[in-house]
Amino acid sequence: MLSRTAENLYWLARYVERAEYLARTIDATLRVTALPATYIGKTNEWDSALLTAGVAESFYQTHEEANEHNVVDYLSFSAENPSSIRNCIEAARLNSRSVRTALTSEMWDTINSAWIELQEVWNKGTSTREELARFLRFVQETSLRFDGSAYRTMLRNDAYWFSRLGLHLERADNTARILDVKYHVLLPEEEHVGGPLDFYQWSSILRSVSALTAYHWVYRETLKPWLVADLLILNSTLPRSLASCYENLTRNLDQIGVAYGRQGPAQRHARGIRNRLEHSNMNDIFQHGVHEFIQEFIADNSRLGEIITKQYLI
Amino acid sequence: MAVAFDEMNIPGGDLRPAYQELARWLKETPPEALEYRRQEAELLFRRIGITFAVYGDSESTERLIPFDVIPRIMSGKEWTLLEKGLKQRVKALNMFLRDIYHGRDILRAEIVPDDLIFQNPVFRPEMNGQQVPHDVYVHIAGIDIVRVDAEDFIVLEDNARTPSGVSYMLENREIMMRLFPDLFARHRVAPVERYPDELLSALRSVAPHSASAEPTVALLTPGVYNSAYYEHSFLADKLGVELVEGRDLVVKNNEVFMRTTEGLKRVDVIYRRVDDDFIDPLTFRPDSVLGVPGLMSAYAAGNITLANAVGTGIADDKAIYSYMPDIVKFYLGEEPILKNVPTWRCREPKDLAYVLDNLGELVVKEVHGSGGYGMLIGPAATKATIEAFREKLKREPEGFIAQPTLALSTCPTCTASGLAPRHVDLRPFVLTGSKTTTIVPGGLTRVALKEGSLVVNSSQGGGTKDTWILDE
Repeated sequence: MLSRTAENLYWLARYVERAEYLARTIDATLRVTALPATYIGKTNEWDSALLTAGVAESFYQTHEEANEHNVVDYLSFSAENPSSIRNCIEAARLNSRSVRTALTSEMWDTINSAWIELQEVWNKGTSTREELARFLRFVQETSLRFDGSAYRTMLRNDAYWFSRLGLHLERADNTARILDVKYHVLLPEEEHVGGPLDFYQWSSILRSVSALTAYHWVYRETLKPWLVADLLILNSTLPRSLASCYENLTRNLDQIGVAYGRQGPAQRHARGIRNRLEHSNMNDIFQHGVHEFIQEFIADNSRLGEIITKQYLI
Repeated sequence: MAVAFDEMNIPGGDLRPAYQELARWLKETPPEALEYRRQEAELLFRRIGITFAVYGDSESTERLIPFDVIPRIMSGKEWTLLEKGLKQRVKALNMFLRDIYHGRDILRAEIVPDDLIFQNPVFRPEMNGQQVPHDVYVHIAGIDIVRVDAEDFIVLEDNARTPSGVSYMLENREIMMRLFPDLFARHRVAPVERYPDELLSALRSVAPHSASAEPTVALLTPGVYNSAYYEHSFLADKLGVELVEGRDLVVKNNEVFMRTTEGLKRVDVIYRRVDDDFIDPLTFRPDSVLGVPGLMSAYAAGNITLANAVGTGIADDKAIYSYMPDIVKFYLGEEPILKNVPTWRCREPKDLAYVLDNLGELVVKEVHGSGGYGMLIGPAATKATIEAFREKLKREPEGFIAQPTLALSTCPTCTASGLAPRHVDLRPFVLTGSKTTTIVPGGLTRVALKEGSLVVNSSQGGGTKDTWILDE
């Protein structure tokens, strides 16, 4: 297939995934900030939301302080923020138009209808909490519909695999970013001195990656920070964990390799990261430092993006 | 202006035979039902994303072309005549182009004046003596046809460069069949859906000799911001060929390749929807980022087929248009089946004088204009506009031609106040391959939605209709 087509499919999936993640982040932050101050302490959760979205720096260039009003606006509707939900949807639609021939009609319809529907939201914004909630839900549903249509209607060939690569690379980045911002509340077992304060932080983290219920099914335990970290980093049964993302990335890259009859640096690099995740346990990671581990992972993950681009997309 | 010929109603109250079933159906169908289906059609178009861009309109970059749900109907007999005329015309266009870029018999015979060719900006000296694969220049032609009476078909314009609109022909039919299955059940409408297949076989048949037995075809688009982008992606999809942009192609050793995820892959035939000017920055406009550097040298080496060929603009130029009847006679020795609109060539002093005296009645067009931009419709223009045009004409008479204002035929059309006659034209698409010429029965009917308006161009507020050829 055309390199440009593969590139568009890859980015299309990334943008949709990012839009969903932003919607989840806003949702989780709204919940946590609705609690009385005694439950969450003095941290500015809107500031964390900006950090997990990776846009804090650009935000503070034009804003003094982070609050619900301006952060929701910046993450959702801002035309200036290149990775606002709005710009993700716009970019996804533009990418879809460029590769219409590679999309099934169901996928196109999902993106195009969402784009049409959201024009009004861009023009008017949301005036009530209820409208905002509806908007956030709509964005998440769009992503589910898009993902579901891809899964159910695309041919299982390189077009599908490149779009999956985008999805899992973006997903791994998002999960890692939350961990990066919140690592200080994820302490190892022996150091743990958590109170009600941290409980809400942990549940908020899980909520933003839609893993709160999953946690209880996996561990059958009350929320423990080291288990939250374990779930998000190492537990490959959770679709948004780093381990699961890398299981998928290596598989999709292998499928491409087999179809093209050739392996390359992307396959090797992905396998390396996957091996590291497979052979780690939380004790080692805590010993090494969660923060360092995550920072390394983020760098490795984005390095994989560059390698895939060089090997296939240009 | 005389009362226009209506394709459904005969003055005096009778109906033309092709429209009788439609008229019966219209009588049975309540207006609300029609309005409901009209809205449904619009929703479908928007969801499928069948939009076009209007240049110089910043308000909304993507717009829908209004679709009128009342079909335009022609009898099989009428179509047979039209089809014969179209094939004759396109054959002559191809022979003319071959001649202009080779022996130039027609210039020596003084049928067409030399300067009209050599001083014409759309004449491409690069094509002199250049062999094009299978001697086909115009693979895809869109010939704009109008009617003024029950007998004749008149060519308004030949489009031999990159004619667009065929996606509307196909989508209009799809949507009509979805919305009005009952109406189709009552007619025998010739299908149009094999157009993409015909196009693909035509394109593959003209692959260069150096191509493999299974030639690779690609469709070259200027990109998502082009007004016809939807059509490009639609066609690439239906053809099952890659939709490429200039940056996807690269020329090496005079062969053309596309960049794929598995490395470079040779391309043999390019159905290009990029104009000559932009196709190769090394040969034509150096500032073009839409083209492919070196494409023209691969073309000269005979390793790539461009459809349509470079330089076809010289055949559909409005100044050449007036010579078409003579061109048909010269190459084919036949009387032209399709008529021309009488045309005054403003480059000729006698014609210019007449045009200047009668500006109020005439339509004046720029020789190199298209899309309905920059033309004067005398009867509809204000005094000031006419005077401004008069100055332009005097300054540069060779840039213009003039024609009488034709009373284009009308068809019943949905309007705010119920069904009413509106002026229409028709663009059938003629495909020429290495051995055969084919035309799917139908074409794109464009309709001027404003009462009395004669401008059908989508950029000027025109709409479209499904075109039915009855299979009797």
